[in-house]
Amino acid sequence: MEIGLLLQYLVAGLTYGTIYAVVGVGFNIIYNTTGIINFAQGEFVMLGGMTAVTLHGFLPLPLAIAGAVLLTMVAGVLVELLFIRWLVRPTVLRMIIITIGVSILIREAALVGWGESVRALPYFTGDEVTALSLGGVHVSPQVLWSLATCLFIVAALWVFFQRTALGRQMRACAVNREAAALCGVPVRNLVTLSFALSAGIGALAGCVVSPITYTAYNVGGGLAIKGFTVAILGGLGNSAAAVAAGFVVGILEAFSVSLLPAAYKDAVSVAVLLAILFARPSGLFGSSERARLESRA
Amino acid sequence: MRSRWARVAAFLAVVALVQLGAAAAGKAFYLTQLTMAAYYTLVAVGLSVLMGYAGQISLGHAAFFAIGGYASGVLTTLDLGGRRAAPPVAVLEHLGLLALRPDPGGGELLGVHPWAAAAVALALAALVALAIGLPVLRLKGHYLAMATLGFGTIVSSVLIGTAALGAADGVSGVPPLPLLGGLAVGGGREARLVNYWLAWGLVALALLLLMNLVESRVGRALRAIHGAEDAAGSMGVDVARLKLATFVLSAVLAAAGGVLLTHYNAGIGPSEAGSLKSVRYVAIVAVGGMGSLWGTVATSAVLTFLSLRGVFGTFDDAVFGAVLVAVMLLSPEGILRLDALGALRALAARRGGGAVAP
Repeated sequence: MEIGLLLQYLVAGLTYGTIYAVVGVGFNIIYNTTGIINFAQGEFVMLGGMTAVTLHGFLPLPLAIAGAVLLTMVAGVLVELLFIRWLVRPTVLRMIIITIGVSILIREAALVGWGESVRALPYFTGDEVTALSLGGVHVSPQVLWSLATCLFIVAALWVFFQRTALGRQMRACAVNREAAALCGVPVRNLVTLSFALSAGIGALAGCVVSPITYTAYNVGGGLAIKGFTVAILGGLGNSAAAVAAGFVVGILEAFSVSLLPAAYKDAVSVAVLLAILFARPSGLFGSSERARLESRA
Repeated sequence: MRSRWARVAAFLAVVALVQLGAAAAGKAFYLTQLTMAAYYTLVAVGLSVLMGYAGQISLGHAAFFAIGGYASGVLTTLDLGGRRAAPPVAVLEHLGLLALRPDPGGGELLGVHPWAAAAVALALAALVALAIGLPVLRLKGHYLAMATLGFGTIVSSVLIGTAALGAADGVSGVPPLPLLGGLAVGGGREARLVNYWLAWGLVALALLLLMNLVESRVGRALRAIHGAEDAAGSMGVDVARLKLATFVLSAVLAAAGGVLLTHYNAGIGPSEAGSLKSVRYVAIVAVGGMGSLWGTVATSAVLTFLSLRGVFGTFDDAVFGAVLVAVMLLSPEGILRLDALGALRALAARRGGGAVAP
């Protein structure tokens, strides 16, 4: 394969990798505070993109995106308040089924509201033919926007979790929920917050990549599976590793297109998922100790 | 407790009543959708045992249904007539594994005999289930759910993306599955009544089989796994092997449903493998009460029939999603447990919560 083409695939892989990474991080945020895998995670990305497109009909782009992120956060909070908060010691099976049901409801509501058409925000700078030439590779500025946003999200989350009182409380929650509650940490509210955060970053990512990847009412399910693959690959709960894993999966997928029919693209990440679950359930970067603890939870 | 046979007899009486009711109401054409519902019910009852007894969730059972249906459909609609001279084809024909069927354009086509195709389809589903189940069933909770969901996605995207499998159109022109006495699993108005009884008779057979399973030593071991896996293991239950066996059994039942419905409808499309279909089966099992075979059958018959009649219109998937959420929120034991005592106990155990119909 010639080097130029190779780099082109790499760039495409990074772009898709961004969104998988952010979905994976979203899984981690909720998983850390609740032990729940939120199967509706991909739906937040879809809601963000679709809402922003609608808002952009009458608002300038930055406001439309901010509005979309806010509204999706509200949706995340509503999901938590309506379906999660009042359950007493739900089993894992029950939570899985409920969040899957919620994801179907969100998808169907989006279908009713927005129809089946595929939408996209305009390119943030330039248009679809604008390209920066980086060492002989043509890169759309939107790719840089996506990468920068992803890095921004991860950095902001790092600051939040390491440097703020609220973030520390959420980490305490993750380590030991009962102990955190005994120390006066408002666990229930933090769970709600984790849904809001997770929805917000999903929505932001959904807006930024939508000019390249497009969005439609039914993209959430696929994103959820890939985001989960990424979260597992990085080791559940480890967000920095999830980002690295996101790029790995995105790049694998991009290169698979050169070897396999495009329809099989989705199969690649799932094959990766199955392979990891089989060989190393604790993830590439996770420790086996963590996996053991989690399997008990 | 009444014997298994008495329960199956009662079930068949209900099947008869439904048939008479449809005839009396002048709605004999309902039997077509009821027959289809029976084949979907085969998937649901297998999943019910997997979820309710082995405690394992599968979000990929629609894929097994599709594997069965597609294997059958593709093999029986081959035309090997031009390659009769080739040794493998000649051997198969000599063994009676091939069958001629009329060509709509005149003449005859040579495909795999429907029974041979069905055997291949079931074996294929069992093999795939084994291959998927080995890594996947070592996992718990979310891992298992997501892995089976992912498996379903692969099957669905391969079906849509492969031209040889008809891509988005699927397989059509599948011949009927011949039975003794000139009967056959296939469409057509005159065969409607016979097929209705065939389909629900098969469901009764599957129920008998599953009842025998869950009320046996194996069933008790499965319940032990569901209750406390580590404890079951320490008591000498081979946890991994039993989980895998239940998974394969439920996959084969799903594939059988796929084979039969493909013959009945003379075709199958890729949407049968979609994750929404898989979720639908989970919803049916959840409403019926996990592990409650009769609840699952009742729910499956009613919901699938209504869905096939188009009662839910464009909200078809939304209805299943809403039902799923409502049941799991309000009454995770299911709302259709026919075991009245158990239902009362569950009601008393819940803090003032009444079962709310969705």
